[in-house]
Amino acid sequence: MEKRALFSNKLLPYMLLVPQLIITLVFFYWPASQALWQSFLLEDAFGLSSEFVGFENYRTLFQQPEYYRAMVTTAIFSSAVAVLALSCALLLATQADKKLKAAQAFKTFLIWPYAVAPAIAGVLWIFMFHPTLGTLARPIKATGVDWNPMLNANHAMLLLILSATWKQISYNFLFFLAGLQAIPKSVIEAAAIDGSGPIRRFWTIVFPLLSPTTFFLIVVNIVYVFFDTFGIIDAVTGGGPAGRTTTLVYKVYADGRLGGDLGGSAAQSVILMVIVIALTAVQFKFVERRVQY
Amino acid sequence: MAGVTLDTVRKVYAGNVEAVKGVSLGIEDGSFCVLVGPSGCGKSTLLRMIAGLETISGGAIKIGDRVVNEVEPADRDIAMVFQNYALYPHMSVYDNMAYGLKNRGTPKDEIEKRVKEAARILAIEPFLDRKPRALSGGQRQRVAMGRAIVRKPQVFLFDEPLSNLDAKLRVQMRVEIKRLQRALGVTSVYVTHDQVEAMTLSDKLVVMSGGQIEQVGTPADVYRRPETRFVATFIGSPPMNILPGKVEGPGRVSVGGQMVNVTDMREGLAPGSAIEVGLRPEDVQAGTTGNSTLTMDVDFVEELGATQLFHGKVAGAEFVVQASTGQLAADTRSLTLAVDPQNVHLFDPQTTKRLGRQI
Repeated sequence: MEKRALFSNKLLPYMLLVPQLIITLVFFYWPASQALWQSFLLEDAFGLSSEFVGFENYRTLFQQPEYYRAMVTTAIFSSAVAVLALSCALLLATQADKKLKAAQAFKTFLIWPYAVAPAIAGVLWIFMFHPTLGTLARPIKATGVDWNPMLNANHAMLLLILSATWKQISYNFLFFLAGLQAIPKSVIEAAAIDGSGPIRRFWTIVFPLLSPTTFFLIVVNIVYVFFDTFGIIDAVTGGGPAGRTTTLVYKVYADGRLGGDLGGSAAQSVILMVIVIALTAVQFKFVERRVQY
Repeated sequence: MAGVTLDTVRKVYAGNVEAVKGVSLGIEDGSFCVLVGPSGCGKSTLLRMIAGLETISGGAIKIGDRVVNEVEPADRDIAMVFQNYALYPHMSVYDNMAYGLKNRGTPKDEIEKRVKEAARILAIEPFLDRKPRALSGGQRQRVAMGRAIVRKPQVFLFDEPLSNLDAKLRVQMRVEIKRLQRALGVTSVYVTHDQVEAMTLSDKLVVMSGGQIEQVGTPADVYRRPETRFVATFIGSPPMNILPGKVEGPGRVSVGGQMVNVTDMREGLAPGSAIEVGLRPEDVQAGTTGNSTLTMDVDFVEELGATQLFHGKVAGAEFVVQASTGQLAADTRSLTLAVDPQNVHLFDPQTTKRLGRQI
């Protein structure tokens, strides 16, 4: 056990915590409580008066087929992005972990997409895949596929999944690479002497030892797809065609900001918040118990 | 069972750093060979080349009659015990030991038989279901040994396996390794920087320095007749004292004007030429018997319990004498040392090679 520094000053620790606490209060607890309060109110379209309606907003929400469709869309979108982004990143990280001459350059290039803002990433992808303007849309069409993410919901979803994955791979890659480098070299060598080939070695030694990283990344990725892909969706499809790529978080925006239904939108935010809190709780329980080796 | 043969083995790293400079060595089947030397002498690199974890830049390594230069580690029929044990942290002790057998498609009941047998020999039966992190250092060490012996390999390789243990456990495990190796009769190559470990374990002691072999022999031979000044000062604790001297004639040298008779001295050395005179701290007697004596100024005394170490100077050079406790008064300021001509080692100051009789 390392010794901790102890402050004899009673006030100092609180003073040091104050900035962090203020930020959390102002930017999380305050808006969150506002959303919670708002979700029980019904406001007129001009925002002139509001009325307490209890759980009315939630009841209406759960009667909307669009809300269930957004749930399914979110489930498909998030699982596809998480699986793709994690597996691609793991593959790249195992390659970068080998002794490559250009390993440093390889790493640097891979990390760049993370620095791109979601909306810009979205615009970038729509430039490449726009049915009439896109540079890559032409070759796709040349193969006989009637490529049109503006009209075809499956194409639109595919485009979103690809762009969201592309952006998240960098982040996952960094964590996987750090995880791989933390595995003692001698353990891998011992496995090699024990007659385990590279592929078997990966699945029986490396992958189990990476599991804490993997579990952490799964949760982070799901939270990413839930919230941070808003910019990409807004830039690429705007939730369309016909609301088929509207995820839960995009629906919060569409209903509240575009539709003017502040109460319903707030109710959705509260539900999303509960989902994410639950996810995080599961992660901590899981990581602390099962994954430690 | 198989021996190991090294034929002018070289290892050159990027940037032309030569870690191993043409080492040739024959390790007989069933013998215990210890490679010893200071850090950076190439001993671990050599071991890792035998294991197949490092490529061989030049020369050939044979296990039995087979050249293994291009053979994968898994196919060399060797087992290795690592310094940090390298246990698989996510597997139970049982699975750690069974892993190598499973990979080779050994039948389940055979695996169980062998693991149980190894666990019994190493007294780790109660821990078979535990994970490595729930074990003490000594127990982990045993599991690492167990993982090596269940495979029944041709050769055991040990890479400083005891250096992470505390002093008491180290002595205990040292004895156990020796006993186990005797019982199994498997050819073993053991790397250490600890000369006591090297002396006690080896049938064949290989002293290395700067990527080359300095001397090969039984521990007793290496101790009694070190071929270079490096070996003389590396093997033995406390290390051999080296004094500047002068050739006086056949079988006679002088140290600071004091005559010393020597049994093992090369013929034809020019009188008056410089020479280095080596004397082990345990080989000189405080007293005035015999006809070669040296005088020593004592600076201080170290108590070791059974013995005492007297530190001081002889003819201006650092000198240590080991004496049984009570033999000399602790406040002794000056000593007369009797030197047995049999116990004097002579070295060339330029080449550092031994100047003994030609054999």
